[in-house]
Amino acid sequence: MTAVELGLEAQLVLVALAALGAVLAPEARRGMTAAVGSVALAAAGVMTGALAVGGDRGFVEIPTSLGLGDVGLVATSLGGFFMVVVAGVGAVAAVFAIGYVGPSGTRTGWVALPVFLGAMQLVPAAADAVSFLLMWELMAVASTVLVLTEYGRRAEVRAAALWYAGMTQLSFVLILLGFGMLAATAGSVSFASMAAIDPGTPSASVAFVLLTLGFATKAGIVPLHVWLPRAHPVAPSHVSAVMSAAMVKLGVYGVLLVSLTLLPGGPGWWGLTLLALGAVSALYGILQASVASDLKRLLAYSTTENVGLMFLAVGTGLLLRAVAVPGPADVAIASCLLLVASHAAFKTTLFLGAGSVLHATGERDLDRMGGLGARMPVTSAAFGIGALGAAALPVTAGFVAEWALLQSLIHGARPDDRLVAVAMPVAVAVVALTAGLALMTFVKAYGIAFLARPRSAGATEAHEGTRSMQAAMLVSAGVVLLLGLVPGLVAEVAARAIGVSGVGSAGWFGVDLPGVGAALDPVALSLVAVVIVVPVVFVSVLAARRRPRRRVELAWGGGGVRVSPRMQYTATSYAEPLARVFDDALRPERDIEITHTSESRYLVERVQYHQHLDDVVEVRFYRPLLTLLDRCGMAARRLQNGSIHRYLGYSFLALVAVLVLVAL
Amino acid sequence: MNAAAAVLAICQVVVLVVLSPLLVGLMRQVRARLEGRVGAGIGQPWRDLRKLLAKEPLQADGTSWLSVAAPVVLLVSSLLVCALMPLLGTVTFTRLPDDLFVVVSVLLLGTVAVALLGLDAGTAFGGMGSSRHMTIAALVEPTVLVSVYALSIPVGSSVLSRIVEARLQDPARIAAPASLLALLALTVAVVAETGRLPVDNPATHLELTMVHEAMVLESSGRDLAWLELGSWLRLGALLGLLSSLLVPWGIATHVSVAALLVATVALTVKLAAVGALLAAVEVSLAKVRLFRVPELLAGSFVLAFLAVTASYLVVQV
Repeated sequence: MTAVELGLEAQLVLVALAALGAVLAPEARRGMTAAVGSVALAAAGVMTGALAVGGDRGFVEIPTSLGLGDVGLVATSLGGFFMVVVAGVGAVAAVFAIGYVGPSGTRTGWVALPVFLGAMQLVPAAADAVSFLLMWELMAVASTVLVLTEYGRRAEVRAAALWYAGMTQLSFVLILLGFGMLAATAGSVSFASMAAIDPGTPSASVAFVLLTLGFATKAGIVPLHVWLPRAHPVAPSHVSAVMSAAMVKLGVYGVLLVSLTLLPGGPGWWGLTLLALGAVSALYGILQASVASDLKRLLAYSTTENVGLMFLAVGTGLLLRAVAVPGPADVAIASCLLLVASHAAFKTTLFLGAGSVLHATGERDLDRMGGLGARMPVTSAAFGIGALGAAALPVTAGFVAEWALLQSLIHGARPDDRLVAVAMPVAVAVVALTAGLALMTFVKAYGIAFLARPRSAGATEAHEGTRSMQAAMLVSAGVVLLLGLVPGLVAEVAARAIGVSGVGSAGWFGVDLPGVGAALDPVALSLVAVVIVVPVVFVSVLAARRRPRRRVELAWGGGGVRVSPRMQYTATSYAEPLARVFDDALRPERDIEITHTSESRYLVERVQYHQHLDDVVEVRFYRPLLTLLDRCGMAARRLQNGSIHRYLGYSFLALVAVLVLVAL
Repeated sequence: MNAAAAVLAICQVVVLVVLSPLLVGLMRQVRARLEGRVGAGIGQPWRDLRKLLAKEPLQADGTSWLSVAAPVVLLVSSLLVCALMPLLGTVTFTRLPDDLFVVVSVLLLGTVAVALLGLDAGTAFGGMGSSRHMTIAALVEPTVLVSVYALSIPVGSSVLSRIVEARLQDPARIAAPASLLALLALTVAVVAETGRLPVDNPATHLELTMVHEAMVLESSGRDLAWLELGSWLRLGALLGLLSSLLVPWGIATHVSVAALLVATVALTVKLAAVGALLAAVEVSLAKVRLFRVPELLAGSFVLAFLAVTASYLVVQV
């Protein structure tokens, strides 16, 4: 047995142990037991994944009595990369959960957490469609249980969980159909035999579309993203972090599995489809995020944006491979993995930060936060670093990933293919606008929540979370910075995971892209910045000695005095110009109610402002669909009126129908 | 190569620190003369800086460390951009070429610092300026990237120095339709990014119309000095980049005392010409309404996109 096989089996055993521990442990120790079990499980996942990326191979058979052939778990480079990412997120989230859930945790919740984490770690290890779907469904069920954690306390949890369960089952059915088609063509459920299928056939294309839609549903791609902005706000924050930073990535893994391993070299329109899906998701997601004022809803939409960028990167890679531009194509696909790693790091940080804020203030609404930086310094620092990453600013992980994506786009275009020549600049523009809006979104999120003065009693009385929460946030924020400063290592691992050359590490662990002739060395950039900072700080300190800073009530304030914190800009007002600019796409509903004083209609007593933003896709697409389904259901009820005579009649008619069919 | 690049970077930073306030002074002076005023002279920004640095900064209660750090971050990001961009010469660090995306993201770091500063004091005007500033910055981004993408296509690199070098060797490229369209789009983006008319009025005293000024209302003393110097440097660097792209002659392709002297003189002349021209145009412009700015930016984006299309589909086919 190789080390990798041992790692795979250890994960299976550790899932069982952690779940069992959570069941058996006394109530006071339950959280700690489950969390320690989850961390051990995650450690096994990280090590197994690292070995797999390093080139170790192994196969663990799952014995079945179904005669399906080789059903089991296998270590692959691509799967190993995702296993490391998912397990890393899981470990941090489990540590956070110790303090966040606290004594209020239920046994069900603590059992579901390691099961969820373990299933996610084993999805990328699946060697065949059966074990893949098994793990996929286990992951879906465990996460639904976790979304329902606060079922008893908040009314909106039920609706959100229903949406989530519905969409996740849709995803399962689509993937099942897609794998079914591939298995029928290949004659076996194992991925190894599916890889021999000719991707040029129509049935391969149908399977590709089904699988892509299935994985896109899990990944939160527009228009299948509707569960994200509902499930994330109601799930406990550590669960939101895992779902957003790890689970949706498995949708990306699925797309990579299909397009690189199972059906490599598909036609160009596959890539174009992924690119278009990604571009629409990226823009729509960030636009909704930029006007959202619920912090977790904002982060959920930002996930749609980031996954959109990943799809865009994969699509670009496939499209460029189809028109034989290998260098930039490899960079594009490697940049997808860089986006995966960076998003996992900063989205974990941001969701845990949001969780810490929720824990301290009871608020998810940005409009009621403010001044948290002074009251929660650790959360503020971690969330700030995460926000820098999400806004793709140097020197964070997000910046490096977007830089690599842009490099592949601008070097990818070839004038001889008109389609590519048009697609690449459009993609550049989409990435640029997305980056710009992300910048605004995260300045809003950080500035409104952590700066200025508290806008509610909850924000005034905020306090820092427990040690475990702080440690988890600091670790994930540290990873965001580390991946941004020394991205070369991740780039090499990513290149190895997808088996491409032309992406590597150079200098002080900078990213080198010889495939497109570009290089980025964040350490060098930081060094130059430090050289510049020194004289500026020197002059500042000299000046500060002569003229120290003086604290005043308010330096200027437009000539007035500060009356009420309500006079500050809120998240809603911050995004108002943008909501106006994109009025047609967002369709906000605004209501302004003015009450005049009884003495004169020229004097205003009070003004009320309501703004309501619904997801346009949900309103325009899903509501009519659901109404239609409801009607069909009501109509079907007429068939069943409880009369035994009618049921006997149905049986008779069915029998006649069968006989007629047989006779024909 | 790296030693030469370091010398060049230091020279660029020093020259820009000296020239940028003078450039702003010149632009104000041109404007004043055209409006029939005497003007304060082109040295006034330098006198303002000296005065502000000697003054005591005030900090409002309830503001965070960001009020102190943001001005320094803006200044450092502007200086870093000055060090990296091809302003005096096109020699680059081997490990740190002046890649467009890196330069833009360093600029954005400064933008974000000022936007957060605007929110820090918790006043209505600060938030208003910050919100407007970020909205404009978000919408400018596509124009900047797509227009430089258009310029990078013939060179095959997004490194600004390589683009400038290529234009120096083959001046016919400058007059190509794709290049002119891209430069026009880039000019609009630079005007929006540096808060000049018609997007923002740097000389306004009316808070309700302010963008950049509204965010720095609460800053004083050396904080304000750094903020002012930072945004002047940004203006100087971006106008310098535009002039390097439009008239690359005089820029140093290797580092020697003579070449750097020539380049400094050339940059001074170019900046003075571009600055005077911009100021003269500004006199005849009124600030547009905030909600008309997106139309302007959409227009510039269309120009940039046309530039890309022209360089692909028209010239080479």
